[in-house]
Amino acid sequence: MATQDIIARSATTTASPSVRQFDEVAKLIDTTVCIGCKACQVACSEWNDLRDEVGDNVGVYDNPSDLTADSWTVMRFDEHETSEGDLEWLIRKDGCMHCEDPGCLKACPSPGAIVKYDNGIVDFDQDKCIGCGYCVTGCPFDVPRISKKDNKAYKCTLCSDRVSVGLEPACVKTCPTGAIVFGTKDEMKEHANWRIQDLKGRGYENAGIYDPQGVGGTHVMYVLHHADKPQLYSDLPKDPAISPLVGAWKGVAKPLAMLAMAATAAAGFFHYIRIGPNRVSKEDEAAVEHDAAQAGTNSPDAGGTSDER
Amino acid sequence: MTNHWNDIKNANLVLVMGGNAAEAHPVGFKWVTEAKAHNQAKLVVVDPRFTRTASVADLYAPIRTGSDIAFLGGLIHYLLDTDQIQHEYVRNYTDMPFIVKEGFSFEDGLYNGYDADSRSYPDKSEWDYELDDNGHARVDPTLSHPRCVYQLMKKHYSRYTPELVSQICGTPLKRMMQVWDTIAETAVPGKTMTILYALGWTQHSVGSQMIRAGAMLQLLLGNIGMPGGGVNALRGHSNIQGLTDLGLLSNLLPGYLTLPRDNEQDYNAYIAKRAPQPLRPGQMSYWQNYGKFHVSLMKAWYGDAVSAENNWGYDWLPKLDEPMYDVLKVFDMMYEGKMNGYFCQGFNPIAAFPNKAKISAALSKLKYLVVMDPLTTETSEFWQHVDDYNDVDTTSIQTTVFRLPTTCFAEENGSLVNSSRWLQWHWKGAEPPGEAHPDVFIMGGLFHRLRSMYQKEGGVFPDPILNLDWSYERPDEPTPEEIAREFNGKALVDLKDPVTGEVLLKAGQQLSGFGQLRDDGSTSSGCWLFCGSWTEEGNLMARRDNSDPYNMGQTLGWAWSWPANRRILYNRASADPSGQPWDDERKRLVWWDGSKWTGTDVPDFAARSAPEDNMSPFIMNPEGVARFFARGNMAEGPFPEHYEPFETPIGRNPLHPNSAAVTSNPAARVFRNDMEVFGSAEEFPHAATTYRLTEHFHYWTKHNRLNSIAQPQQFVELGEVMASELGIKAGDRVRVSSNRGFIEAVAVVTKRIRPLQVDGKTVHHVGIPLHWGFVGVAKNGYITNTLTPFVGDGNTNTPEFKSFLVNVEKV
Amino acid sequence: MDMNRREFFKFCGVGLGASSLAALGMTPEPAFADSIRHFKLTASKETRNTCPYCSVGCGLIMYSRGSGGRNVKQDIFHIEGDADHPVNRGSLCPKGAGLIDFIHSPNRLHYPQVREPGSKEWKRVSWNEALDRIARLMKEDRDANFVEKNDAGQTVNRWLTTGFLAASAASSEAGYMTHKVVRSTGILGFDNQARV
Repeated sequence: MATQDIIARSATTTASPSVRQFDEVAKLIDTTVCIGCKACQVACSEWNDLRDEVGDNVGVYDNPSDLTADSWTVMRFDEHETSEGDLEWLIRKDGCMHCEDPGCLKACPSPGAIVKYDNGIVDFDQDKCIGCGYCVTGCPFDVPRISKKDNKAYKCTLCSDRVSVGLEPACVKTCPTGAIVFGTKDEMKEHANWRIQDLKGRGYENAGIYDPQGVGGTHVMYVLHHADKPQLYSDLPKDPAISPLVGAWKGVAKPLAMLAMAATAAAGFFHYIRIGPNRVSKEDEAAVEHDAAQAGTNSPDAGGTSDER
Repeated sequence: MTNHWNDIKNANLVLVMGGNAAEAHPVGFKWVTEAKAHNQAKLVVVDPRFTRTASVADLYAPIRTGSDIAFLGGLIHYLLDTDQIQHEYVRNYTDMPFIVKEGFSFEDGLYNGYDADSRSYPDKSEWDYELDDNGHARVDPTLSHPRCVYQLMKKHYSRYTPELVSQICGTPLKRMMQVWDTIAETAVPGKTMTILYALGWTQHSVGSQMIRAGAMLQLLLGNIGMPGGGVNALRGHSNIQGLTDLGLLSNLLPGYLTLPRDNEQDYNAYIAKRAPQPLRPGQMSYWQNYGKFHVSLMKAWYGDAVSAENNWGYDWLPKLDEPMYDVLKVFDMMYEGKMNGYFCQGFNPIAAFPNKAKISAALSKLKYLVVMDPLTTETSEFWQHVDDYNDVDTTSIQTTVFRLPTTCFAEENGSLVNSSRWLQWHWKGAEPPGEAHPDVFIMGGLFHRLRSMYQKEGGVFPDPILNLDWSYERPDEPTPEEIAREFNGKALVDLKDPVTGEVLLKAGQQLSGFGQLRDDGSTSSGCWLFCGSWTEEGNLMARRDNSDPYNMGQTLGWAWSWPANRRILYNRASADPSGQPWDDERKRLVWWDGSKWTGTDVPDFAARSAPEDNMSPFIMNPEGVARFFARGNMAEGPFPEHYEPFETPIGRNPLHPNSAAVTSNPAARVFRNDMEVFGSAEEFPHAATTYRLTEHFHYWTKHNRLNSIAQPQQFVELGEVMASELGIKAGDRVRVSSNRGFIEAVAVVTKRIRPLQVDGKTVHHVGIPLHWGFVGVAKNGYITNTLTPFVGDGNTNTPEFKSFLVNVEKV
Repeated sequence: MDMNRREFFKFCGVGLGASSLAALGMTPEPAFADSIRHFKLTASKETRNTCPYCSVGCGLIMYSRGSGGRNVKQDIFHIEGDADHPVNRGSLCPKGAGLIDFIHSPNRLHYPQVREPGSKEWKRVSWNEALDRIARLMKEDRDANFVEKNDAGQTVNRWLTTGFLAASAASSEAGYMTHKVVRSTGILGFDNQARV
């Protein structure tokens, strides 16, 4: 992938290259078609050469029972009884949502350890990761995990290596029922709408798409039978937003905090001289204002305009 | 499958019953998703557990394990009672008008002719049609004759009232009627339901009859031979279809030919019995060609050594004194000390067969055991003491065990036959590890040595061994390509058209189809069903043209499907008697174009038999029509009847509450020492069933890290109500015991298993996945089949893994 | 080189920043183009196969290292679904998706072994020794227990004291060959996984 494709980097406010134009991509996970087979889990580990520990069964189908540095996606199973007494087994593939406004990236103090490509993928560069865990705090979905082996943060890359050569992510390709699909974000929204029509025809009045605006929308979206109650799906947050602390960190406290971090003093200096007073673009100003607003209100509707690009 | 995976997308309704397709066949289940997405199909699931399949169903109904015949029988009654059947279809394409002999009867749960001592029906001659002077079956097209199949069937199932069925199955009445009404909608011509089933129907003491009941349902609705219809067995292993087609079963020969019984000493009578004359005028009765298939097989096996003079080597085939030496029979003999040697080729019987204790004791009595496998199996290590998981006294086990490493799929060329009946060729991608070799190398090596010894030393009846045709380039290891050409078959002399005298094939050329087979020794074919798979055009199994011009999913250019590259069996029935599709828009499969049969599939019919010739679609049956009445072909009787599992939670058969003799299948074979270890509901109150999980394949993937991560440790599933009664929480360790032993595992407590009200009792189900054992990368566990009973289906002797009784305690 | 002020600052900044970060043990800035993994299938060899597990018969593509050249041992390192296959259209279930770990399972058998009566361990043997011994055991048992005629004097030619359980995932070619050999010996205790 060419370096021009990176549009945001952690702890860096230089303007991004903007000549090349790519469509934003998205992965759509249709929980109503998902059978919880875990093919995506296995394919993810296989493609990424990950082998987690062989764990224990803790009394549920979920295995591994949580995301780890070696398990970048897991299926979460929830048994739900409807008001009519019927049972629904709500199964959700959990993993990085690739937020348009990524809390992890904002929180990360290490320059370039977290990047966002112009296709929307948020990727971690373990070479630059300092293992501070701020990305974990910054993530409204509790996704990144710090490896015990190398003390680096790991999460789903949306198979940026596959996407960069024109292939779909490994989980998408393997999905037996087509519950995971991949394309441009617009196409995925269209696909979701088609699915929602079908679901409404089958009696799911509240079927809908999950593309939370509190994080500017996401590049991993869900179709839910009960879009009005995402929390039924193993506590999928209804209105996720980046923690106010992260907003404050970037908007106000960051330069000071960075200077305070001895190990990154040089980075702080570098940051300072690179920006220069005449290099703050309108976009940067807008971003700061947006973050400040978000920190103040914590309202999902205060999200940026980036998802409308 | 009568139909095939892709064809599921043509269904209007998908019934998954006796199976859990989403879990056991997730990729095949893709086509259910397709049917829902693009054909507005509904999915109905009937299962004791709310499964992964149920999680995406439009309608789910719980059912007590082992009661499916009651459910289906009730549905048959309901459809007949409310007249929701495909009238034109059943009148023309089934045996409904056929008149049954007067001696046929059914009383108190038994058909006529039962012999309690042998637990069988030795004389089934009255279970047949009344014949006229020409040897043709009598029929009553008005369906009013009291002994016509329609009337008999109606009477038989009149006892299966919705209320009683709900009592037997534990399915709430309202939900059951919802399911029945949904299914009944497909009685409309052109609207189809497909049935997807697997071992949830097969593994019962009445498994074959459950499947028959499903087939009868589909016939009533006119769904056999239709796109998006059929009765579809989702087979459990990658080549279980192929190995069955090739006859690797006790009583079979390749292509569903059968071995003779002891009393079949006369070759011509043996063939004649299997090549029946048509039972109605103008019918094909395709098995009349049996002799051609048989002789061509014997030529493939024995070449020049067989001829008409020695009845094509008839005496070289072993004859059966039992219906079959199936695995239960064989392990019972082994247990009794009557066997010395046993071979396990890619098979793990100590894990896969019922009552592990008996299997283990049986293997311990062998002189030698040979295991060929790519992996370390429990069977090869049955003599190892492994904690409580395999508590044996190693030194006392005197069996010599050989373990031979074999290649896996990635390391060899060859074909596998999937559930769609497609023969698909695959290619080697790497060398095997260490000194592993293909199975063919081992079989070739053993045969070669055996033959040399018989040549040098002589021995008992060496003829078939000495005369077996072995003209392979390298006798120690024939190539897959050579073998594939052999089972397709070739012309042994120049084959001429009998009418024109034109040479169709020269001697040595590959046959292009089984229509060319002859019974005079001029053709060879190791499996007539596979004839056409490797012709003079080459290896058709390797074809990769996935085009689908009619968008019906037939892909006739992909691989090769038996028979004759036909994708949907009985497809003549997709057209009405006049030869036009029942539904000309969405269900076009085959049709009569005025001079011949043509269509989107290879017609399953005489190509030039015009509709007015009145040949019926079911050409393999001598009567030309499909059978509701099984005649003498089933052990238990011509119509499926509900019998309880051998271990029943209710202790009686609600259809025959006062007759203990028919509580369970009266025609199932039970060995004496196994009857004694059946448990009762007093001691073992819960209904148990075993099954696969989607994360694992049988006992293989526990050797794989990735799959072991996805499902690491043995567990059992308990309903919330039952668990709370027993004080068990999710994650607790529990002991599950049957009258044959116990296992311990983690408890998964779930809402997905609910108590059922059955015959006035509350019945809880215990779900027991089967994938763990005492060797592997996953956590060690107990062999699930420690618990299961050693009794099989009355016809196939497939063990009753799906219904038995257990007790559950917190450890 | 025509360099304006902004570019000059940027240039310097990169130079200075990178050297400072490098001094502190952080990765040099220009290396970030290498941060994501490289696409791992480039120049690998593809072989078509069929999944050996259930009966859906999914098409596979096996990716192996090595050109097939004489001096290299082909090693399969990745498997994914064959998108051309009409049934699976590229997808695989969790079993199929993990096939690479079956090929490379630590529990694959590498050599013929024998466990002698009463022994607690395996002993490695050569193929010749294994096959010779097994064939001898077969012949001894067959010669001792083969039944040519039953009590009624009918020709039956069967061998009941040795049985054979055939595979469920062996190729049709292996299955056919197995059947041909097994029946020629007169074995009737012969089944495959379809029985259960």
